[in-house]
Amino acid sequence: MADTITLEIARYSPERDPEPHFQSFQVPVHKEWVVLDALNHIKDTEDGSLSYRWSCRMGICGSCGMMVNGEPKLTCATFLSDYAKHGSKIRVEPLRYFPVVRDLVTELSEFLAKLKKVKPWLIHPNQPPLAQGEFLQTPAQVDRYKQYSMCINCTLCYAACPVVGLDPIFVGPAALALAQRYNMDSRDQGSDDRIAVLAHPDGIWGCTFVGECTRVCPKHVDPAGAIQQYKLTAVLEWIKSFVMPKGADAK
Amino acid sequence: MDTSSHDVLLVGGGGAGLRAAIAVAEVNPRLRIAVVSKVYPMRSHTVSAEGGAAGVAKPDDSLDEHAYDTISGGDWLSDQDAVEAFVKEAPQELLQLERWGCPWNREPDGHIAVRAFGGMKKMRTWFAADKTGFHMLHTLFQTTLQYDPITRYDEWFVTRLLVDDGRVRGVVAIELMSGRIQAILAKAVILCTGGCGRIFPFTTNANIKNGDGMALAYRAGAPLKDMEFIQYHPTGLPFTGILITEAARSEGGYLVNKDGYRYLQDYNLGTPEAKPVLRSMELGPRDRLSQAFVHEDQKGRTIPSPYGSVVHLDLRHLGEKLINAKLPFVRELCLKYQSVDPVKEMIPVRPVVHYMMGGVSTDINGSTPLRGLLAAGEVACVSINGANRLGSNSLPECLVFGARAGRAAAEYASEAPAPNGTAQALADDERNRLETELLHKTGGRERIATIRTEMQAIMEKSAGIYREQKLLEEGAEKLRELQERYCDVQLDDHSRTFNTELESALELGYMLDVAETMVQCALHRTESRGAHQRTDFPGRDDTKFLAHSVVYRDPDGSAQVDYLPVTITRWPPGERVYGQKTSKPAGGRATKSSD
Repeated sequence: MADTITLEIARYSPERDPEPHFQSFQVPVHKEWVVLDALNHIKDTEDGSLSYRWSCRMGICGSCGMMVNGEPKLTCATFLSDYAKHGSKIRVEPLRYFPVVRDLVTELSEFLAKLKKVKPWLIHPNQPPLAQGEFLQTPAQVDRYKQYSMCINCTLCYAACPVVGLDPIFVGPAALALAQRYNMDSRDQGSDDRIAVLAHPDGIWGCTFVGECTRVCPKHVDPAGAIQQYKLTAVLEWIKSFVMPKGADAK
Repeated sequence: MDTSSHDVLLVGGGGAGLRAAIAVAEVNPRLRIAVVSKVYPMRSHTVSAEGGAAGVAKPDDSLDEHAYDTISGGDWLSDQDAVEAFVKEAPQELLQLERWGCPWNREPDGHIAVRAFGGMKKMRTWFAADKTGFHMLHTLFQTTLQYDPITRYDEWFVTRLLVDDGRVRGVVAIELMSGRIQAILAKAVILCTGGCGRIFPFTTNANIKNGDGMALAYRAGAPLKDMEFIQYHPTGLPFTGILITEAARSEGGYLVNKDGYRYLQDYNLGTPEAKPVLRSMELGPRDRLSQAFVHEDQKGRTIPSPYGSVVHLDLRHLGEKLINAKLPFVRELCLKYQSVDPVKEMIPVRPVVHYMMGGVSTDINGSTPLRGLLAAGEVACVSINGANRLGSNSLPECLVFGARAGRAAAEYASEAPAPNGTAQALADDERNRLETELLHKTGGRERIATIRTEMQAIMEKSAGIYREQKLLEEGAEKLRELQERYCDVQLDDHSRTFNTELESALELGYMLDVAETMVQCALHRTESRGAHQRTDFPGRDDTKFLAHSVVYRDPDGSAQVDYLPVTITRWPPGERVYGQKTSKPAGGRATKSSD
């Protein structure tokens, strides 16, 4: 393994640069170091102006997603040694398909708006008082939605999704999986409220089932599976709307 | 300067902050609420909490038993009125979270499942596998999205509390995206910024845990409380400091030394059994387990590693099925960061700075002595945690006291006067300070990372698991030197857009102030209690120190330490007993512990 490796880092400051460019840094390769450690090393010792987000360094807060050699990755879970073996450079860029604020920092407000749009909260009007205890939910019922509840909002799936690249208003994998997380929850009664957003050309029907979102997801959420599952639901609902008048279906 | 105005402002959007925001909205939907957070709320450090959240749930348990475990776990420094309120409201809060959609683990019949946890005599820890904090935080965040009165200031960094005429009137904050420095006025401010583990070199805490709220309050004249009580969690991965949850031990994991010996039996923590025994051995409290590690290390019975000595956490006998079902994140973290599969191999672990028992001094409703300022969660010291927090009490603490602070702030804001022009003038001063002392400054000679590294090293040396006068004095002296050098800090980055170096510099300033309060409180407390162990004063001294430390900032910047009485309701100070039958909840013997 090489002692050092070159990081080619995308730099961009809207106050200074007309467009992004790359800057190279040499960093030591330690067995335990992830790409994020190398960025911190550069910021601490060489260039304090290098800008990126990070927090937990254990793959759960979702802050530090970047393109590493063209692949969307959590940089706190991407080891330098995996690249140093091949003696190659590591190219670090901001996540694809997002506007860039500066260096490796992307603009996330559109993503947050998409999350909110799918009503990702438990909809269950007229709940019994708290004193009556919890909604019962068997382990099997938890398992139906659990996988879709594991999303850390790291947005790697948006950077992997070619549909997001072509159509920025596509609701996108993470938000659709989150909607399905609530739709599949036995405590939730909100699927009718969500259908207008989901069964829309910018919702599930935007997805062409490339499956890249599922491949890059660091938490194995399987957004592609969630979207395919919901497409079936939407079709059945659509057929039902002809067969049965609205509101007649039993919940 | 731009200004916006709200009724109640939360600094921090983690478990406590979001719970408080919802509480305000529920009390009075007309109140305008602001959540100001330096990260998107779902990035908050609550996300890293793993093991679970304690709240009495089963018929074999009682509120008094949860209270007794908490109080004895805290070595009798907890305020017992606060503990009683806490144990009563914790189950309701956890249930409320269930109603908001939290995916709690379930019994086969659909009821909430609970697991054992360290220092707890009954199984009462609710859990969502080993990602409890993650699920709680996302549930809370997603729930807040439906509340229109809540305005979020995502990625805004608070630099100062605005105090005029003895009342807090809002904050000054930097919008990271644009670099805009702005006053955000409010009638009440609730600090929910969490802890400050990053003051130490080896911590489970995220990069964002810099004691922001503690320093903001301290600088504004509010006292901090019990700052010498710093929790080392016994099981962190070497190098990264990643937490291996206590749930690994409550599910049956063993801690063994280099000889494969369950060494905790040598430290008055009970006798080893094959199955986990509550309040015994590996399920003892964190302070005692971390102290046992130090002794074991001194005896030469630990294992050397490039990142300090380790012992082993052995989960192999639990089997792959249980590990995958109950501890999937532990397995994922070990595989990823340690190249160890806990199904087949032992996990190297060592004690790691994890939690601050101390914080901004509040009453039982989150109010501080400074009018209009409240605090909840790890940033606050109510105190329920006393000298040592029990695992799984901090998540429900965020909920119970977040909700209480939210309700109290809503009430206060309904009556408090609107901020006036003076606050605006103070905000202009603050902007000038940020621009001249940091952003536009040239010619400084110190790097942020150098001062930070030296601070972390001296804190570990002087205020670690064991302390003594000489080292604490050395720590105090070094911190004074670092404060001076901090004035000479130089930024490479002078731009407005997403200037994370400016943020780091301000965070370092916060940490230096908070570090000083820790060392001063530790120097003044000449006894050993819970997580504060003085080798030169090894015994607990209830005559002098059954009292909270309170530390104020003098006008000259120095820390002044004073004491407040501990509230004792029904549990007189007694001996902390682990590994044997405990005395009944309502009456411990009034003796001093000798360890």
